[in-house]
Amino acid sequence: MALTWFQKIKQGLTKTSSRLADGVAGIFTGKRRLDDDALEELEEVLISADLGPAMAARMVAELAKNKFDKEISDLEVREAFAAHVTSVLEPVAKPIAVDRTRKPHIVLVVGVNGSGKTTTIGKLAKHYSEQGLTVMLAAGDTFRAAAVEQLKVWGERTNCPVIAKETGADAASLAFDAIQQAKEQNVDLLLIDTAGRLHNKTGLMQELQKVVRVIGKQDPDAPHDTIMVLDATTGQNAVQQVSVFGDMVKVTGLVLTKLDGTAKGGVMVALADRFGLPVHCIGVGEQADDLRAFTANDFARGLMGLE
Amino acid sequence: MFESLSDRLGGVFDALKKRGSLKAGDVDAAMRDIRIALLEADVALPVVKDFIAKVKEEAVGEQVLKSVTPGQQVVKVVHDALVGLLQSDDQDLTLIGEPPHAILMVGLQGSGKTTSTAKIAKRLTEKDRKKVLMASLDVYRPAAQEQLKILGEQTGVATLPIVAGQMPVDIAKRAMNAGRLGGYDVVMLDTAGRLHVDEQLMAEVAAVRDAAKPRETLLVADSMTGQDAVTVAKSFEDRVGLTGIVLTRVDGDARGGAALSMRQVTGKPIKFLGTGEKMDGLEAFRADRVAGRILGMGDVVSLVEKAAETIEAEEAEKIARKMQKGEFDLDDMASQLKQMRKMGGLEGVMGLLPGVGKIKKQMAGANIDPKMMLRQEAIISSMTPQERRNPGVLHASRKRRVAAGSGTSVQDVNKLLKQHQMMAKMMKQVAKMGKKGKMPFGLGGPGGADLSQLMGGGQMPGLGGPGQGLGGGQLPPGMGGFPPGFPKK
Repeated sequence: MALTWFQKIKQGLTKTSSRLADGVAGIFTGKRRLDDDALEELEEVLISADLGPAMAARMVAELAKNKFDKEISDLEVREAFAAHVTSVLEPVAKPIAVDRTRKPHIVLVVGVNGSGKTTTIGKLAKHYSEQGLTVMLAAGDTFRAAAVEQLKVWGERTNCPVIAKETGADAASLAFDAIQQAKEQNVDLLLIDTAGRLHNKTGLMQELQKVVRVIGKQDPDAPHDTIMVLDATTGQNAVQQVSVFGDMVKVTGLVLTKLDGTAKGGVMVALADRFGLPVHCIGVGEQADDLRAFTANDFARGLMGLE
Repeated sequence: MFESLSDRLGGVFDALKKRGSLKAGDVDAAMRDIRIALLEADVALPVVKDFIAKVKEEAVGEQVLKSVTPGQQVVKVVHDALVGLLQSDDQDLTLIGEPPHAILMVGLQGSGKTTSTAKIAKRLTEKDRKKVLMASLDVYRPAAQEQLKILGEQTGVATLPIVAGQMPVDIAKRAMNAGRLGGYDVVMLDTAGRLHVDEQLMAEVAAVRDAAKPRETLLVADSMTGQDAVTVAKSFEDRVGLTGIVLTRVDGDARGGAALSMRQVTGKPIKFLGTGEKMDGLEAFRADRVAGRILGMGDVVSLVEKAAETIEAEEAEKIARKMQKGEFDLDDMASQLKQMRKMGGLEGVMGLLPGVGKIKKQMAGANIDPKMMLRQEAIISSMTPQERRNPGVLHASRKRRVAAGSGTSVQDVNKLLKQHQMMAKMMKQVAKMGKKGKMPFGLGGPGGADLSQLMGGGQMPGLGGPGQGLGGGQLPPGMGGFPPGFPKK
C-alpha cells in the first residue's frame, strides 16, 4: 500500500525539482545566449525554489562570471547550479557522531511548532537502536496536549524507554531526571524532546535556555548535540529561526523534514551558506524508517532536477 | 534582517529626485525592488509577477511623481493593492441551513490543524453561542486523537468519544450522526496532516468530504510557508475544494507572503489568523495587518497588542495619571524599562515598528549592548525609595554606593540620571500639551515618548543626531503616540 522509501524520495524530489527544472527549461528552449534578461529570469526561478534572493543573486553572478554572453543550454545551466549548490552543501553534510563512551550521549531536539521534532526523535530512536545502541527518550514537550503520549507511542514502536512526567511539568527538571536515569541504566544515547516554540517568543526561548543550563549541570559538555528540526516547506523565515535558536541555545546541527512533499527545502542552501551548521539527516515520511542521511550531491541534483 | 520595501524604494527615488526626471529604467528599478521585497516575503513567483503587472501603471503614475516622497507613495500604492487582493467579503464562517454544520479542517502535517480546530470551536461556543462537537479523524499521528480530546476538556467543547481502530470516513459519519442526535449546531472534523502529493490520503479526505458534506472546508497553513504554498493550496483546492484559509503562527515573525499566494491561487478568503498556542489565540483576518508585514513595514497592530499583553493596565494607568501631572520619577522609568524588556527589548519593539529598518541597521553597527537596559534597571534597583522618588539627593557618595550595588560605574549612574532628566523634562512638556484629554493607553503615551528618549539619550553613538535617531525627524508621526483608531486593547 505505501510507497517504498526510494519511490517516495524520488517522487518527492521529482515533484520539487520539476518546478526548478521546468523554470530553467522555460527560459532556455534549446540554447540561448546568457544575457541580462536570462540571468534575471534565472534568478527568479532560484528564488521560487526558496533559495532566497541573496543566494539566488550569488548563484546567478557565479554563472555569469564564466558564461555571460555565451550560448548555453538548459542542462548546462542546471549542471552549473547543481555544482554550486553541492559546493555549498558538501561541507555541512555530516551525520550525528554519537560517542558511545559518554553514556549517555545527550541530544536535545529543538525547533518551532509543527516542524516534526517528536517524529524525528522516533525515527532516530529506531535508527540507533537498530545499530545496537541503547536509546532512551525524554518527553520534554510538557506543554502541548498529548505530546507526551505521542512520544510514548514512539517509545513502544521502537522499544525504547520513555522518561515522562505529566503535561505541565517543568521541562528542565524532566531533562535532569532523564539524564540521571540514563546514567543509572548505562544508556548510550538519550534523545530529549522539547516543546515547539516560535523563536521570537522571548519567554519560551529563555525557558529553553534553562533546559540547556540544567542539562549542563549533569554533564558540563552536554547537550552533546543540539539539533534543530526544520520543515522543508518553510520559506525565508527559516534563516531567522536558525539565527535566533543558534544564538540562544547553540544549535549544533539541523534536520530537514517533510522532504517527501513538493517543497525541496531550497532554503537549506541559504542556511548552509550563512551558518555552516551540519545537516545530519532528512525526513521523508511519517514512518519510523523514513529517515535518510543527507548527501550534498543528491540534494543538489534533486533540487535541480538532474538524475 | 530584511530591508523593508520603504527603505529600498527610498534609495531608488532619492537618486531619481536629484535628477528630477523619470526614465523608463527608474520605473523598472522600482518594480524590481518591489518584486524582490515580495519574494523575500515568500510570495510565490507567479503571484508576484501578476501583482507587479497590476500595480506598475498605478505605482508610477503622475501623482506619485509629483509627490514629495515618491518612494512612500509607491509603497502606499503597493500596500493598498495588497490589501485589495487579500481582502474578501466573505471572511466569516457561513453556517446557514439545517444544523449540524460540518467544518472540515485540512492541511499539511504540523500546520496547526488540531490547535486551530479547538480555537475555532471555542470561539463558536463562546462568541456565537453554538453547540459544538469536535472529532479527530487523525488515526495516523500517534496520540493525535488524545490531543483533541484534551483540548476539548480545556476549552469545554464536547469531543466525539474515541473508538480505537475506526477509520476516518467512519469516524466522520459517526460524528455527523452524533451531531444530529445530540442537537449540535456545528461538528468540527479535524483531519490528519497529509501531503498534497499523497494520492491515497487525498482520496481519503475527499471521501470524508463526501460523507460529511461540510459547510466549510478550511485549509490550515503555516504563515512561515515558502514558495511551495501555491502548490499546496492549489492541490487542496482541486482535490477537496476549500471555502477558506486559516493562517497560523502569525505571532511569529515570518513575513507571511504565503497568505497572498494562497489567496490568489485559490481565490478563497483567509478567514482566521492563529496567534499563539493558547486557546484564545484566534483572530478574524485583517488584510491591512498582513499586507504591512509582507512589505516589511512593520506590524503596528502586533506592537500594540504586544504592549497590551505585557503592560499591566493598572501600571499604565498609574503612569498616565502621573504623566498628566508631569511627574516622572525613577520608579516610573524602571517600570518602563521592565516593560520594554518584556516586549523583547529595543530590538523586539523596533522590529515591529514601521520604517525603522535603517535605524535598526545603525543600531547593529553602533554596538549597542542589549544588556544596557538590564543594567539600567539594576542601577535603579540599587537606589533607596527616597532616591528614586527624588534623584536630586544623589550626591557623590550615594552614587558610589549605587554603582557598587549594581555592579556598574559612577559614570553609568550619571548617564542614567541624565537620561532620566531628559525624559522627565519631556514628560512635563507632554503634560502641558496633553491637558485636553487623558493620555492614550500604554505605549501610545509613555512608551512611545520614552522610546525616543532612550534612543536619543546620548547613550547610543550615531543614533542621536538630527534626522537619524528616533528622536529625529525620520520617523512617521506615529512614533510619539500611535495614530488614532488603533484598538485600545
